[in-house]
Amino acid sequence: MPDSRFKILTSASTSGPGDAGRTGSWRVERPVIDLSRCTPARTGKHACHLCWLYCPDSTVSKDIEPSIDLEYCKGCGICAEECPVGAISMVPEEEFEGGDNE
Amino acid sequence: MSEKRIDSGNAAAALAVQLAGAEVIAAYPITPQTPLTEKLSEMIAAGKMDAEYVAVESEHSALGVCIGAASAGVRTFTATSSNGLLYMSEQLHWAAGARLPLVMCVVNRGVGAPWSVWNDHQDAISQRDTGWIQVFAKDHQEIVDMTLKAFRLAEAVHIPVMVNYDGYYLSHTYMPFELPEAQAVKDFLPPYRYLHALDPQHPESLNTVTLPDARRDIHGVRQGGYMDIRHNLHQEMRQAMELWEEIDADFRQRFGRGGAPILDPYRCEDADFVVVAMGTLANQFHDVVDHLREQEGLKVGVLALQMYRPFPTARIAAALQNVKGVMVYEKGLSYGNQGALFADLKSALYPYPNHPRLHNYIVGLGGRDIRTEDLQRTLKEACLQEQQVAPEQQDTPQWIGLQL
Repeated sequence: MPDSRFKILTSASTSGPGDAGRTGSWRVERPVIDLSRCTPARTGKHACHLCWLYCPDSTVSKDIEPSIDLEYCKGCGICAEECPVGAISMVPEEEFEGGDNE
Repeated sequence: MSEKRIDSGNAAAALAVQLAGAEVIAAYPITPQTPLTEKLSEMIAAGKMDAEYVAVESEHSALGVCIGAASAGVRTFTATSSNGLLYMSEQLHWAAGARLPLVMCVVNRGVGAPWSVWNDHQDAISQRDTGWIQVFAKDHQEIVDMTLKAFRLAEAVHIPVMVNYDGYYLSHTYMPFELPEAQAVKDFLPPYRYLHALDPQHPESLNTVTLPDARRDIHGVRQGGYMDIRHNLHQEMRQAMELWEEIDADFRQRFGRGGAPILDPYRCEDADFVVVAMGTLANQFHDVVDHLREQEGLKVGVLALQMYRPFPTARIAAALQNVKGVMVYEKGLSYGNQGALFADLKSALYPYPNHPRLHNYIVGLGGRDIRTEDLQRTLKEACLQEQQVAPEQQDTPQWIGLQL
């Protein structure tokens, strides 16, 4: 029986988006979507969405114009690999303003 | 009704675990612990204990099973010795960091190489920094009582407890001991509850990668980072000393035994010189102390250290800061430095300006016989040491009973 005088800190958490912290800072390359080639954006229909399906961190939105939550995207590149029309490219973080990925 | 028995130390431990109502036992046989887990498996097979015995292929797995079972919300127990304990080492750190209220008996044995099945304390000493509470029993009755109290302490503070007792000296010798009545133990030991017990209705991730900094969880509650969690483990281990005393007082009220849960002094009230030792070695010193008092007129006593981690710094200082000399006899060391207990004692006394002079003796490694006359001779020499010895020499452990 736990004694109430002890705090007993452990690392226990309920799973959910962002539970591991702002993992976007881990990113070396940033996925950039070319909406002129992206299937749902180009057709205006909920089709394809393979980037949403394959993202291991659920950072891609399932929208007509998909967007990526850069607070949490670790830059793994799976979305770019899976995109059947080559609409996603991985761009080195230092090419963005300030060179900082946060 | 409580019951008097004459049996081995391993049997005493097994019967205490039965009384404590452990529900999962996973262990791997290793000398001299084997008869303890054999007895538990026999009792389970005979229907005398309502528990699951998980036969595993290694000590690493044994503790892994216990970690899983304790996380699932049941009282668990394991036991090992020597290299078996070292094979668990990675999991020892895990169990402590996860704050799992496990209890394990370690039947102390020398560590290979070279192989030795005989007693010393190197196995437990080498695991002193894993975050486990470590207590040392001196006789069969203490094995029973400490094991029962260990379950209560572990479950109250959510820190695993290692109950140590000397291989062969206790594990295989027969001594009388009393077993408390089953219902009285149930009253003393409330049902097991683990704060983060796995529950499919409320899934949680336990001990996943934890970032260097504190963070807000998905509910917006601030959660400690690795360092905060580890600091809390340290602080609450320190706090556990007081609780161990409270538990002992409650035990004493119910069962009539106890009263010296951390330091157990023998003839220390007026002592000029005090021996500090752990386990059966402290009991062996009773005769030595009696002899030196009666035959040589030396005011000596012995202080048995019952709890090694957390280290009872303030209690030790209170007991020893005003004596003339402290002689630390131990069955393990920090190789390349000196006795581990000696170094700990020295650091506990360092802040006190008139602290006693300290002597360090290494004895009984790998079961080397500890001759009472050697203890008498070296203790007498240390007491009578008149002139100041060079600090470096004073700080160097003497090995007793070498045969080279």
